[in-house]
Formats: sequence, structure tokens, C-alpha cells
Amino acid sequence: MAEIRIQDLRKAFGDFVAVERSSFTVRDGDFFVMLGPSGCGKTTTLRMIAGLELPTSGTILLDGEDVTFRRAAQRDIAFVFQLFALYPHMSVRRNIAFPLVCQGMARAEIAAAVQEAARFLRIDHLLDRAVSGLSSGDRQRVALGRAIVRRPKAFLMDEPLGALDAEFRALMCQELRALHERLRATTVYVTHDQLEAMSMADTVAVMNQGAVEQVGPPQQIYDNPVSMFVADFIGSPPMNFLAMPGGLASGERSISVAGGQIEIPPPTAAIPPGELTLGIRPEHISFDDAAAMRAGVVAVEYLGTTQLVTLDTAHGRLKARLPAVTSARVGETVGLAFLTQRLSLFDGATGRAIPVRRPMEALHG
Amino acid sequence: MSGRTGAHSVVEPSPLTRRIAGALVICYALIAIVPLLWIFVTGFKTPPDSIAYPPKMMFTPSLEGYVNLFTTRSRQSPEYMASLPPAETWYDRLARSRNMVIAGPSKYGQRFVNSLVVAFGSTILAVSLGTLTAYAFSRFRVPLADDLMFFILSTRMMPPIAVAIPIYLMYRSLGLSDTWLGMILLYTAVNVSLAVWLMKGFIDEIPREYEEAALIDGYTRLQAFYKVVLPQAATGIAATAIFCLIFAWNEYAFAALLTSGNAQTAPPFIPTIIGEGGLDWPAVAAGASLFLLPIVVFTVILRKHLLRGITFGAVRK
Repeated sequence: MAEIRIQDLRKAFGDFVAVERSSFTVRDGDFFVMLGPSGCGKTTTLRMIAGLELPTSGTILLDGEDVTFRRAAQRDIAFVFQLFALYPHMSVRRNIAFPLVCQGMARAEIAAAVQEAARFLRIDHLLDRAVSGLSSGDRQRVALGRAIVRRPKAFLMDEPLGALDAEFRALMCQELRALHERLRATTVYVTHDQLEAMSMADTVAVMNQGAVEQVGPPQQIYDNPVSMFVADFIGSPPMNFLAMPGGLASGERSISVAGGQIEIPPPTAAIPPGELTLGIRPEHISFDDAAAMRAGVVAVEYLGTTQLVTLDTAHGRLKARLPAVTSARVGETVGLAFLTQRLSLFDGATGRAIPVRRPMEALHG
Repeated sequence: MSGRTGAHSVVEPSPLTRRIAGALVICYALIAIVPLLWIFVTGFKTPPDSIAYPPKMMFTPSLEGYVNLFTTRSRQSPEYMASLPPAETWYDRLARSRNMVIAGPSKYGQRFVNSLVVAFGSTILAVSLGTLTAYAFSRFRVPLADDLMFFILSTRMMPPIAVAIPIYLMYRSLGLSDTWLGMILLYTAVNVSLAVWLMKGFIDEIPREYEEAALIDGYTRLQAFYKVVLPQAATGIAATAIFCLIFAWNEYAFAALLTSGNAQTAPPFIPTIIGEGGLDWPAVAAGASLFLLPIVVFTVILRKHLLRGITFGAVRK
């Protein structure tokens, strides 16, 4: 097992820059998820770590060793492909044994290692089957088997659940996480699905247009997004943004809106002049008839325990997640209260977050 | 999709359509098979039966055609025939019944071997070169790849026989006329463009992930090609090989022009049989029947691949 350190990694295909000066570290034993929309460079970054693409510049350190320009075969890394890439002309057993055969391991040892990996993944009854007849879940396990049988320094997974249907994906998420708990292997996992990322990751790296926007534990990314992009990408429905053209003078603790003031958490850095954007998670909105902020109910989506209410305010449209028992009827005008400690502030011009101080109890409340 | 009768379906042909299609297929099969059957049957007729008019449908089968195909014979006077000791073998007796004695084996066997060597040799070479070239075009960034592929295709735009005279002159000065090597190179040159284009289609269909998985598993690119790509391309290789083999096996014009002795293949040889001792149609028919065999056998062995191969890309798994 190993630590993976990425320094100033850059990759350009002709004029197109796929990855722009990325730096991050995957700690030993971490389940590290690279999350981003399609085309953000996450797969290219993963392929550079694997050695399937060579970077234009930058370094990749595996366990302290510079492997940037080493061939894939010499990196001792296992890769799980989106479509599994199981060799169709081989049985399950030969598929799993394939990497070991290359190492010139003795036949008896290979047989034992394959058996052990198969038992670990509960596919030992399938070993002599052809891979073409397997269900997608079993294929997924065979692909994992081929990865773990070698005991590599790290696992790289490129949207391994992308080809599965939704129900099965949730199950495989649990299995992958359980597998990680048992193996404690350094894993880099690429996905565009925030639910997968949030539920499995120790650390999430959110990528946008070739650059890493934010690296951190899932909750930190959810609670303290560093940019409007991250805030918008994480969470379903995403964070609401209200434009505050008035801006904020330094030292002020509240922001003026049509009809009154909204209290905000204390900023810890200088506030740039000009337009600000207020970020509010849907679940941090509640109805309060006494509140200064007024909004009209546009739509109500009933979701069982909660409901999603779409609201029109003078500053823009919001979505609120409210308990299902709260009464909300289309056409009503309501007052909105926000959970002050959980509000985010963004520089309207750059989209970067303005750091704020949040009391700890509020974070975990 | 079970055939629910009565229910109208837009994708399933109706029973009437099926019957018409079946009848058309049978008609076509008859048109294609009757001449072949006639040649095959003629091979077992005696020479007089073979030219009888009206044609004889019922006749006593005879192996005379095959004996004539594989032997050279000389006509002798009845006195000389009487002076000979009794014939020892069935084919001796057959020849003597026509006042002939067998002088020795004919050249058919040797011509047949030439055909086998040249056709299979050029097929193996064309398919190997084609597969490697196609792999390179499919997987690596080749400068001017599209133009090069078009250039390769353009070698087929002119009928090969249009360059017969230059090739004849070149072959004569290089000493390649009437040699196995010369014929193999020639047929390879004609077939390799077809092989590259067909194989490129097949290899493009093989996901790169298979090789990448093998590369990560510790194999070199050549090993990955050999262990992962080739087995996947087997269908394409089989289909391509059949197309190349059929061309090389049946090619007549170049063979007639460039070979006369040692390396002559069967196609230009078979018509010459007719000149040896009158209108020997059964021998010609026997030669043509045997000539069909290797292609039939090869195609039957690979037919499963061929069917999947010529419809490649049509159905994705």
C-alpha cells in the first residue's frame, strides 16, 4: 500500500488542456474519490496515475518514488475499468490469474491466490464459467478479483459502477466500501455521481475544467464549499444562490435584502467590494411568518418524509427542503428564515467562497 | 419474440413474406448449384456419355475422368496391346479398354500443390501484414493516417490485370517469373489492401480497455496484442482469410501470364487437360471438382466465423 502524491500535473492534447496544474496527495489507505462533471479531466488524471497517458508536465510520486514516466506495467497499480474489460475469451479463473501469469508465478501459487481472491469476493463458484454469461454484478466482482489478486500498491477505479442500474449500484457501493474496510488499500475512484462520492469517500476531490477545486472529507466539502461550482455540484437539489448586489461593508454581520436584514456568520477574511452571492442549502430554509424575506410558493414536490418547495424571492428563485408536515400551497406568500450558521458567502465576481467562522455546535447540530 | 399469429407486427415478416423469401432463396440456390452439380456429375461420366446429345441423366458411373486427370497415356495399336502382359491395376485396365497404356502421372497433382502453396502462402502473408498494419492504424497516432488508408485502398481501384505487362517485365528481370515466391508476393500485394481495411474495421471494434488492462497487469504491448487482441480478432481474421484465399485460389489471368512450368497453379492448367487426347470433358470436370474442394473445406471449417465476420459491426453485444 502506498501514498500517491500528484504535483503540478498538467496534460494537454494539442490545444486542448485536459488537466491544468493539479496537485493533491492521496494518503496511504485512503478511499479517495475524484468527482466532477464529464470532461473535467478526472479520468485523464486517473489514467496518468495508471501510466496509460503521459503527463505534459508535473510529477507523480508513488510511495515517494517518481513514476511519472514509468510504464504502466512497472507501477504495480491495479485498474478497474468502467466496462470492466474482462477478457471475453478467457474463463473467470484465467481472467483473475492473468496478472499473476505475467509475473511468472508458479502454477500452484497462482491457483491458491485466485482461489483466495475469489472466496474473498464470494465468486469462487463461478471460477470455471465464461465471463460473457455473468451478470453485471458478478462481472464487477471478477474485475475486482483481477485487481486484488496481485496485492498492488493502489487501486484505481474509473466509474466502475457506471454500467450498473441504480438499485444495484447502491448495493455495489456498500460492497466496495466494505471491501475497502477489509483491505485498507489506497484507492483512487473516479465518478461523476456525487452520491457515490459522498457515501464511499474518505476524501473527495472536486474537479472542474481540468483543475482540482477542492479536496477534503465529504462533510467539509458539503458544509464549506470553496466555490460556487463546488456548492452547486454537491447536494441534490444543489445549494441555492441569491445575488446580493448591495455587497457588504467589512465588519457588518448582516446583509440587506428587500424587506429587511439577513444575519450572516462572521467572515474571517476581508470582504471584496462589489456584488456578493449568498449560498443557502435547501434544508437550511424554514418558513417563518415574522421573517423579513418574503417569497411566493411556485411549486411543491412531495417526497414522503420531506417536500421540495420552489419559491420566488426578490433576489431569485430558491428550493427549500421542508418537513412534509409543513403546509405549503402554490400561490401562497410566505416568510423565509435561514439557518445563520450554515449560510455561505461567495464573491459574486469570482465565484470563490468568502471564509466564515462557524460555531462547532452549529456544524454538527 | 415468438411468432404470435394474427397479431400484426412491424418487425416480424408475415408468413407470406417468409414463404416468398424462402422460394427466392431456393431459386437462387438452384441457379448456383446446378452448374456445380453438372460439373461434378460429368466427372464420373465416360467421354462418350459426357458429350451425348440429348444429355444423359442416367449413366453408368466411371472413374475414367479421374484416371485421365492424373495420368498421361499413349494410344497403341491392337497388336501391341495384345502383346502386353495382363493389366495389373484397375486403372491400367480402364486405360487399355480405350486402347491406351498409361505412360506416367500427369502434372495435375503438382499444379494442385502449387495452387495450395501459392494461395495459402499469400493468404497467410496478406492477413498477417494486414492485421499488424490495421492494429497500428487503429491504435497509434499515425501521421496522415487517413491519407495513408486511402492510399492503401487506392491500390485496388485499378483492375490488377491493367498492370500485367509492367509486372511481367519486372518479374522477368527479377527472376520471379514462374516461381512460388513471385506468385505469393503478387497475390499478397493485391490482397493486403483488402486485409488492412477489413482488419481495421474489426480491430476498431475491440475496446482499447482490454489492452490497457493487460498493460497494467504487467504485459508489454506486443504481449497484449498477442494474448488479448488476436484472440478477439479471430473472427475478423477468419473472414479476411477466406476473402483473400478465394481470390488467390481462383486467380486465373496472372497465373496464365506469369507461370508456365514449375510454379503453374491449377486454374491455367485445368483447361489444358482438354488438349491431351481429344475432348476429355470428364477429366476437365474431375479437375474442376477437386479444385473446388479446398475452398469448400476451408469455408466450412470457418463458416461460423464467416457469418459473424461479414456482418461485423451490425450487431453490438
